[in-house]
Amino acid sequence: MSMLNAIFIAPFTEFEFMRRALAGALALALGAGPLGVFLMLRRMSLVGDAMAHAILPGAAVGFLLSGLNLFAMTAGGLIAGFVVALLTGLVARTTELKEDAALATFYLLSLAVGVTIISLKGTNIDLLHVLFGNVLALDDQTLLLIAVNATITLIALAVIYRPLVIECVDPGFMRTVSSAGGPAHLAFLVLVVINLVSGFHALGTLLAVGIMMLPAAIGRFWARDTTLMILIATASGAVAGYAGLLVSFHFGVASGPAIILIAGALYLCSLLFGRVGGLVRQLFPGRHLEA
Amino acid sequence: MLTRREALAATALAALFVAPGARAQDRLNVIASFSILGDFVKNVGGDRVEVATLVGPNGNAHVYAPSPGDAKRVADAKLVFVNGLGFEGWLERLVKASGTKAPIVVATKGIKPLERGGEHGHDHDHGRADPHAWQSVANAKIYVANIRDALIAADPAGKDAYLANAAAYLAKLDALERDVREVVAKIPADRRRVITSHSAFGYFQDAYGVSFTAPQGVSTEAEASAKDVAAIIAQIRKQKVAAVFLENVTDPRLVEQIARETGAKVGGTLYSDALTDDKGDATIYIDLIRHNLRQLASALVS
Repeated sequence: MSMLNAIFIAPFTEFEFMRRALAGALALALGAGPLGVFLMLRRMSLVGDAMAHAILPGAAVGFLLSGLNLFAMTAGGLIAGFVVALLTGLVARTTELKEDAALATFYLLSLAVGVTIISLKGTNIDLLHVLFGNVLALDDQTLLLIAVNATITLIALAVIYRPLVIECVDPGFMRTVSSAGGPAHLAFLVLVVINLVSGFHALGTLLAVGIMMLPAAIGRFWARDTTLMILIATASGAVAGYAGLLVSFHFGVASGPAIILIAGALYLCSLLFGRVGGLVRQLFPGRHLEA
Repeated sequence: MLTRREALAATALAALFVAPGARAQDRLNVIASFSILGDFVKNVGGDRVEVATLVGPNGNAHVYAPSPGDAKRVADAKLVFVNGLGFEGWLERLVKASGTKAPIVVATKGIKPLERGGEHGHDHDHGRADPHAWQSVANAKIYVANIRDALIAADPAGKDAYLANAAAYLAKLDALERDVREVVAKIPADRRRVITSHSAFGYFQDAYGVSFTAPQGVSTEAEASAKDVAAIIAQIRKQKVAAVFLENVTDPRLVEQIARETGAKVGGTLYSDALTDDKGDATIYIDLIRHNLRQLASALVS
């Protein structure tokens, strides 16, 4: 018993930074889980990645202007992300260019502008490290920011849930019965940006997408129903956060990658043994249905 | 103390601004990879040498991304001074890409490299040497000797000037080292323990007996794990480490978190891998060491 305690609980009771990291990881999973599921259902799994790249320059510019200031970096990231999301939506809905192509052009432009500004000003502290975030160094401000973002995300999702689900399933039908599809979609993209900005403080811009998309893919292998999928995605994101921190604590692996790798391991298991379309289930359908 | 520092800074400034007019054409164009090394070269070269540094003040040479301008400056240089010991990993490719024929002078030649980390270390990159050799003033003197010899070889006509400059600078370094030992001796032996963000002070620890621990390895490239951070917090609690220090080249958030959690006081900012810009108080190497010394003394003596 005491050994189990030492492995699974003591790291968190003994060290405050572990408790903070866990709180941050759980809050991230809470907001990112549902968003990831919707991204996946709308066949926009790579949009998160593109948005992360669009945000990175904004955060970098914020850092260059006022140093390691949480507010400036967050604001920079949000502005860059919102501008790209808005322009993308605008172009996709008013011209022949499809959404993926519009997003590709704008995030690349954002990235190029950011890198240009950084190279003109020169860097002080190693920028990559700042942008990679560190889940072990969450201070009160950052933790609060992540929690507020998760709260906003959940409330907003509750409001736009219906149009969002219907547009996932049958966009044509959605257009004939309601005009809420457009605004809901835009609000959804804004939520993605907010959560990526949260994520980059803890996991960095690159891995923030991981805590969004991997849990969603895991949920896909266990549920057909959207609600259940979201629950499973959120839960597996939380488990990955907890287990990743433990792995980092006991084996001395960097914590951000550890969290994403645990999520990856869960994904592999789901891919093999998932109830809905898992590989093993597909190979031996009869035996499993009997059981 | 203050007036002497001002005088030194003034001399350095004068050397920078007055000299170029003199004989701009026949000055020897050389490159130093980072700001501290550049300061050494300026001191030995005096007004016969035009020094450009690649990684400027407050810059982090572990992960620098060179620009085409850097490649051009390397190509035009007559000598390229580098720290070596794996400090500037990006430099080799830059030198190749620039196509320069200038000889590469490794300023740490002859310094006995420390295994990275030592007994307090956390083995991220095993078996690699710790490159931060300039943190011991005794090593700085070896840098200076290497630079002097390289300059004489490249510009034999200036031999007397280089010998004189180097001798004068070495005397200053001797005085500096005496001061370091004096100040450290005033710190009680059981309080000579501090935490910094990356292991840049191995040579200082080795030479002067102040023990440094850091969550990041010798390079800022390695990322800290929860295990490393927990080990340091446990060590602070057990050994009653008096103070943690920030550095001018790394992300301070992790060290701040450690300070919050243990109640150790944040002693200030230590200058590890780079000089400061004109706004800072360490635009030359001697001021850098004196600054670190003041920070250590004020946090540890009381």
